[in-house]
Amino acid sequence: MTMRTSLFSAAAVALGVFGAGLLAGQTANGQQAAPTQQPAQDLSEKEIERYRAMISDPMSNPGYLNVDRGEQLWSLARGTRNVSLEGCDIGLGPGKLEGAFAQLPRFFQDAGKVMDLEQRLLWCMTAIQGLDTKDVVARRFSGPGRTSDMEDLVGFIANKSNGMAYQPQLQHPKEQEMLAVGAAIFERRAGPWDFSCATCHAAEGKRIRLQGLPDFSKPGKAAQETMGSWPTYRVSQSQMRTMQHRLWDCYRQMRMPAPDYASDGLTALTVYMVRQAAGGEIQVPSIKR
Amino acid sequence: MKMNMNMIRTVMLAGFASSLAQPGSAQQADLPKVDPAVVEAYVAGTWRSTSEGWRARVVQDETQRICTAARNEPSGAVFDQVRDKEKATVAFPADGVVVGDWQRGAQVAQRGTGGQFTDTEQTVRGGNCYACHQMSKAELSYGTLGPSLTNYGKDRKFDPAEARNAYAKIYNAMSVLPCSQMPRFGFHKFLSEQQIKDVVAYLFDPASPVNK
Repeated sequence: MTMRTSLFSAAAVALGVFGAGLLAGQTANGQQAAPTQQPAQDLSEKEIERYRAMISDPMSNPGYLNVDRGEQLWSLARGTRNVSLEGCDIGLGPGKLEGAFAQLPRFFQDAGKVMDLEQRLLWCMTAIQGLDTKDVVARRFSGPGRTSDMEDLVGFIANKSNGMAYQPQLQHPKEQEMLAVGAAIFERRAGPWDFSCATCHAAEGKRIRLQGLPDFSKPGKAAQETMGSWPTYRVSQSQMRTMQHRLWDCYRQMRMPAPDYASDGLTALTVYMVRQAAGGEIQVPSIKR
Repeated sequence: MKMNMNMIRTVMLAGFASSLAQPGSAQQADLPKVDPAVVEAYVAGTWRSTSEGWRARVVQDETQRICTAARNEPSGAVFDQVRDKEKATVAFPADGVVVGDWQRGAQVAQRGTGGQFTDTEQTVRGGNCYACHQMSKAELSYGTLGPSLTNYGKDRKFDPAEARNAYAKIYNAMSVLPCSQMPRFGFHKFLSEQQIKDVVAYLFDPASPVNK
C-alpha cells in the first residue's frame, strides 16, 4: 500500500509539472506559429485537449486510492451501534451499490426528502451507525495530511456506476420541486459580482481564461460529459473532489459566501444538472486539471 | 409628475418580476414551476451558517431580481427602468479625470483575487478582466464570455468622451446595458475609483499594450 501510494504520488507530481510545462510551452508555440487571433486560440484549445487526454489514464489516476479507502470505510463498523454502512440504502436497496449513483439524487421515503449521495451517506451514518458526523463533516474536503471520508466513499460508490448512464429521478413531487428550485437557483443573480451559475454556464464554447465552460442551460453533451466525470481527481489540488466541492468552488469564484455542505439548495442544483445530463455515461473517478 | 410615473413603474415592475420567475426559453419551458418564495427558502437554507457580515451577499437587490426574472433580457419599459436607475448610481471622479495609470490598470485587469471567502480583507482586489475579455494581444490566456477589447482606445480614436463612457461601463455596466452579465464594479464598491481609472487607462492610453 505504501509503495502504491508513493508511486501514485510520484505520478501525480509528474503530471502536474508536465501539465504546467506543456501549457507554458503551447502558449509560446501559439504565439510563434499563429500571428492572428483565431488560429492561436484554436491551437491553445487543441493543446489543452491533448493535455487532458494525457492525464486521463486510469492506471495513473490517484483517485483510485480514494476508491480503495472508500471500500474499506463502507464495511468499517463504527458509531454507537458499531455497524458498517452496508445496511445503507442508496436508492436501490440496502447495500446495493451497482448503478445506484446513476439514479441520484432521488427521494428517500425514510428521510422524507430528496438527497444527493453525500446527504444520504451522512443520513445513514447518523441513522444506521449512530455516528456523530461532526468530524466527518469537518473533513468534508481533504487537504494536505487530511483525508476525507466523504470523498473516499463517494469515489467508491460512484465508481460502481461506471459504464452506466444517468437516469434522473423526477417522478416524485419532491423531485419535481427540487428540479424547479435547482433551475431557478441556476439563474439567480446575486452578490458583489452580480453572477449566477448561468453567467458562465449558459452558452456553448465559452472559456474563463483558457478553461472551457460546460453549458448547463440545456440538456446535452456538455452536461453529460461534465456530470459523467465527477467525482474527479484534481491534479492542481492533488485531491479527489466531489460535485459538492465543485459547487463550493464556483460560489467562491462568484464572490458569494460559502454554501453549506450537503444543503438542500446544492442538491436542487445537482438535480437540475443531472437532468441536463440524462443519458450521459459515468466514468469516475476521472482526472482533471 | 415624473416622480409619480417612476413610482407607478416600480410597483408595476414588482408584479412583473414575480410573474416572470420561471425560466422562459423554449429549452427550459418543460421545467416544472415553483413559487419564488420556495426558491428563496431553499436559498436561505443553503447559506444558513453564513456569518452576518457575508449574508447580505445572498440577498438580491431589486436590479438583480428583475434581471433574474427577465433572464437578462428585459423588455422595453423594464429595460429603460433598469438603465435609468443604474445610470443614477455612476459616480465620476470629482475632478473629472477618468484616465489613470495604464501599468497599474494592467495589474487590475490580470488580478483574479479579492472578495472570495478564501481571501482576507487585506487581499488586493482585482477586476479579473482577462477571465472574460481579450485585451493585450500578447496575453493568450484570456476568456471569451465578454467581447474582445483589443485596440479598444485606438478604435475609438482615444476620444475623451469614449473614455468617460468606459469609466461608466466599468463602474456600472448596467447603466449602459441593463442586465449586462458584467459585474457592477463601482456600484458594489468592489474596485476603487483609482482602480477603475487605471483600467480605463489600460484601455485608452496609446502606450498601453491593448492598443499595440
